[in-house]
Amino acid sequence: MNLEASAVEKWFLRGKSGSNRFFAVRKTSLTLESGKVCVLTGRSGSGKTTLMNMMAGLLTPDGGKVILDGQDLYAMPDDALSRLRNRMFGMIPQGADVLPELTVMENITLVQHIYRNRAGSAFSAEAEEGGAGFSSERCEKLLEQMEISHLRDVQAKELSGGERRRMCIARALAGNPKFVFADEPTSDLDDENTRIILSMLRQAADKGCAVMIVSHDAEAEAYADRKWRMDAGQLQDI
Amino acid sequence: MLFKMIRGVLFHQKGKMLLIAFTIALGASLATGMLNVMWDVGDKVNQELKTYGANIIVKPKDSSLLSDIYDVGEGEQLSVAYLNEEDLPKLKTIFWAFNIVDFTPFLEADVTLPGGSEAGIVGTWFNHHLSLPTGEELDAGVASMRSWWDITQGAWLDEAEESAASSVMAGTLLAEREGWKVGDEITVTGSAGEKTVTIAGIYDAGGDEDMQLFAPLDLVQELTDREGKVEQIEVSALTTPDNELALRAAKNPSALSSRDYETWYCTAYVSAICYQIQEAIPNASAAAVRQVAESEGTILDKTQLLMILITILSLIGAALGISNLVTASVMERSKEIGLLKAIGARDHSITGVIMIEILVTALAGGVAGYFLGFGFAQLIGHSVFGSAIEMKVKVIPIVAALIALVTLAGSLPAIRMVLRLRPAEVLHGGQ
Repeated sequence: MNLEASAVEKWFLRGKSGSNRFFAVRKTSLTLESGKVCVLTGRSGSGKTTLMNMMAGLLTPDGGKVILDGQDLYAMPDDALSRLRNRMFGMIPQGADVLPELTVMENITLVQHIYRNRAGSAFSAEAEEGGAGFSSERCEKLLEQMEISHLRDVQAKELSGGERRRMCIARALAGNPKFVFADEPTSDLDDENTRIILSMLRQAADKGCAVMIVSHDAEAEAYADRKWRMDAGQLQDI
Repeated sequence: MLFKMIRGVLFHQKGKMLLIAFTIALGASLATGMLNVMWDVGDKVNQELKTYGANIIVKPKDSSLLSDIYDVGEGEQLSVAYLNEEDLPKLKTIFWAFNIVDFTPFLEADVTLPGGSEAGIVGTWFNHHLSLPTGEELDAGVASMRSWWDITQGAWLDEAEESAASSVMAGTLLAEREGWKVGDEITVTGSAGEKTVTIAGIYDAGGDEDMQLFAPLDLVQELTDREGKVEQIEVSALTTPDNELALRAAKNPSALSSRDYETWYCTAYVSAICYQIQEAIPNASAAAVRQVAESEGTILDKTQLLMILITILSLIGAALGISNLVTASVMERSKEIGLLKAIGARDHSITGVIMIEILVTALAGGVAGYFLGFGFAQLIGHSVFGSAIEMKVKVIPIVAALIALVTLAGSLPAIRMVLRLRPAEVLHGGQ
């Protein structure tokens, strides 16, 4: 399963007059393929996160399309797009955002609970199709792999930065998504944490997931199957 | 999970949630207090106004007719017919019997005083005890219907005492002119005989009554040989302020449709009570003292309007307060909301969770506010009317609905913010 961006662009207005358009992403096409890790590098403000958000169904492009299985994400109704994000995408935001009052385990299983009351697990359809789906065993295993299993019942607000980041990776992978989007997943982390996180993302790709990493970290490139560089809104192959 | 998330927010943002609950409690307390007072104020104001005299005058039909024909003013005599004293208890048998709170008969005459001068004497009840066929016990008379009279010497004549039958009360000007004081015995001569009476009290009424004597009804009937007769009855009744229907009915009840007639008859309009008095007492003509009836209506309408305005303003204030606090709470949690959206939560799920949080807080604030407001109503009742305000059950659903409405209205800006919040912006560090 591929996720394809076709000539997507995004611009913002600068100044009150609205005449001065700033292009964050100029007409760009790319494809995220299953089983591959794609690393996107570039200077701050070059449009990396904007491009990733458009790919992740979080930011409507001003031009072009993002197509999954022949369907334009942004032509879908909001509810359907939300459900698709829940079922197919794993998000690791830049700020390692969490719900601070919930425990580590609750944060990880949150993805499942969002649609639980409607039709069982959001991932039940995938489970039927042969995917691993969502299971408590999988969550426990992810906690172990992230080396935070001892923190499963600790409130997220009590975690350190590295622990939080690892919890976010576990949350993104818990539902066995088809696509994972990681925005600076290793920023401000020590070498050990960086290694753990990048290894996990590599493993996810090896199991068939398409992983897109936005990073400044040179070490991330070592895990990549494909490398891109953004420069002033233009995507370049490296 | 949902419960845990809500509990987490309530405790995590307990300062804000307490402020929201406090704002709602303030709004609810004012609404509860004002609505309870508003629905009880009608009776209270009525009771209060009843202490300033009668609002219905009952006269013999013939006398009333002649007064109308010859345009006889208040206080002037043109009585050629009488009502029967024995018919008075019938006032308490009409449909609105319980709204008749007091009444007293009057029979006027002129008497010759010991020095040869003449003075008016008014026969009436002072605190006449009635045991009605309905089982109701009632003390009726001028002692309660002229409660504003200043008794400068002695006391109100007490009909329960044996000496009352031969006692009178004198107006302050008359007593001054004649040099009377309490305890003096005087002989008064009427058209049918004379009687020696004791001055039981001297009053200052501030009007023509200060030159008159007030005596028990029996005594005046005996002096003038008019046993069992009364000239007019003053009635104090609790009434509903007139509206267009009451005004139409007052002109001609028979012109009303049967439905309007039933509505009018079964509402305590002063005209409906007059009509029923005429039905109960043969040959009687009952008329409203318009000034009193209209004043009651005006005072009630203005008081209730004031209460409604205070309620509306307090609820608007509460809505604005809630709006600010909920918006601040949502802004503080914008990253969490952005995260929930990013992992697939739909807008209505997120707004649902936020609304549940706010409504749980509103429920707590509303319950506290209701009891606070009821206490507030009691404070108003005791300090303004000197009595408790009755708890009106209908206030509970109304306050609940108002609080729900105010909470929802106050939450609208925050909900709008949630709907417009883009996860890509907040998760990247924006607001």
